[in-house]
Amino acid sequence: MGLVFALFFVLPLALVVVVSFWDYNDYEILPSFTFRSYTETFEGCYDQLPGLCTIFKTYVTTAELCFAVWAITLVIGFTISYFLAFHVRSLTMQIVLALLCTIPFWTSNVIRMISWIPLLGRNGLVNQALTHAGVVDAPLEWLLYSRFSVILAFVHLFTFFMVIPIFNSMVRIDRRLIEAAYDAGASGWQTLWNVVVPLCKPGIVIGSIFVVTIVMGDFVTVGVMGGQQIASAGKIIETRLNALQFPPAAANAVILLAATLLIITALTKVVDIRKEL
Amino acid sequence: MRKPDLELIQLTKRYGDTVAVDAIDLKIEAGSYCCLLGPSGCGKTSTLRMIAGHETVSGGDVVFGPANITDLPPAKRGTAMMFQSYALFPHLSCIDNVAFSLKMKGVDRAARRARAAEMLDLVAMAPYGERLPAQLSGGQQQRVALARALITEPQIVLLDEPLSALDPFLRTRMRVELKALQRRLGIIFVHVTHSQDEAMALADLAVIMKDGRIEQAGSPRELFNAPRTAFVAKFIGGHNVLQGPAGAFAVRADRLRLGRAAASPSAGPGLAAVVRSVEYQGTFVQLTLDGGAGSEITATLDEPTFDATPFQPGDPVAVSWSEADVHRLASAA
Repeated sequence: MGLVFALFFVLPLALVVVVSFWDYNDYEILPSFTFRSYTETFEGCYDQLPGLCTIFKTYVTTAELCFAVWAITLVIGFTISYFLAFHVRSLTMQIVLALLCTIPFWTSNVIRMISWIPLLGRNGLVNQALTHAGVVDAPLEWLLYSRFSVILAFVHLFTFFMVIPIFNSMVRIDRRLIEAAYDAGASGWQTLWNVVVPLCKPGIVIGSIFVVTIVMGDFVTVGVMGGQQIASAGKIIETRLNALQFPPAAANAVILLAATLLIITALTKVVDIRKEL
Repeated sequence: MRKPDLELIQLTKRYGDTVAVDAIDLKIEAGSYCCLLGPSGCGKTSTLRMIAGHETVSGGDVVFGPANITDLPPAKRGTAMMFQSYALFPHLSCIDNVAFSLKMKGVDRAARRARAAEMLDLVAMAPYGERLPAQLSGGQQQRVALARALITEPQIVLLDEPLSALDPFLRTRMRVELKALQRRLGIIFVHVTHSQDEAMALADLAVIMKDGRIEQAGSPRELFNAPRTAFVAKFIGGHNVLQGPAGAFAVRADRLRLGRAAASPSAGPGLAAVVRSVEYQGTFVQLTLDGGAGSEITATLDEPTFDATPFQPGDPVAVSWSEADVHRLASAA
């Protein structure tokens, strides 16, 4: 167990950190200890203040995407969990419906993503339907290769990661607590807000960690659905890697890791998830 | 002004084809402590939940004083329920648990917490206000649950097996406290239990239920001294149900007289039996007798009576009783 952890987690991570301090030129990487990759990444950031340099802009974009995806998956995930946990009475039906949610995972992420393209493209089904119905005159451009399509794909791909932990928290809620709230005169919304949501906090945090870490580090979805036009933290690393500039790629990975860890730490401050595990 | 009575009229609960509560009529007088007693599945909990408004009524009415409360939501009935294993909100401190219903009504924080503190004081839990339920013992949780139920100033408190989660020692103590509190507040308590001891100790009105019907309702003394059916006699304990020429009858275990089989038959009716076991119980001795044909008879003797004729297991014994102690039972067993 410890060995597996060391081999597949600690060692690669340590290597990334080490390489991020190496030097490089156009055709090779040079073992040394320099902050070059970091200083280059943040080059000009101080001078441009209060304007944002490229790296900060990219992180802001990534954070915005991440926040939008998080908020939408949270609302949808919570609603689905609520339906499964409180409106589906029989355990069999709960299991069947939960399994139904996993069916999309039988195909790969990329295929699920790409299948949006014929739907959302300039001459895609949605645009054709809208033009024929006379809702719009010209095809909508923002449907594909835009933030909209990126967020849509993320939500499509990752809502399930929100559903499972929240559902898990929710089914553990004693039904008598709901009755006790009703007995105390709480309305449906009051019960939801004062009893169900607080008791689902651990599930919400765990689901949020899944979604945030995936979206922060993603470059495939942003690339495919954004038409390679949207910069994200993950894409910076990819670009550097494609240019075979490993030290800056590693440095960016370390920065991304730090940013993600910050978010997760903030999340875990909200609730103690160790109780739940 | 006289406080209102609680009346159940032809109250019925059906789940699909099964009838959980079968058209029961019951009147619980103002300020009385009522225990619904019966084995599991007898409909006592369904009845309680219908009074509380947590179960829809399939037929009949729940009437409280002049008002028909059958279809009102729980908070509008003047009832408050204390749930089995208390159902305290695990994420809220005691004081917030107690203040919960006031928060739902929109009472501001300072006022509701002050009121909650008073209620905690009433149940002697004032020092524990800031603790979470998980940090309390079972008895303490129960008091908090009681305070939470009482903060709405209900006219009826409904308790679903309130003592079953406690250890025996605490159960007896909380029983006394419950009764004292009910007396002090002068409101109706309806308490569901499967323990006849609890019902005996607490109830002004004990209601024995079986298969969704009321077998017998009355004061514990009435039930014990004049059980109407064999079921009541067996359930309430301390009785032997015997078959006579005129049908089944009950005789209290402590009214049986035992004599040596060889001795002259005593006055009154009796039968012959064999001692199966002898248990010393402190204040009395309990003998289990084999009355033949698989019938089991229990006799309790006080210590001096037993010492006068100390039976051993296997001894033949003549059981007798006086005609005055016989209670005829309704034929439906």
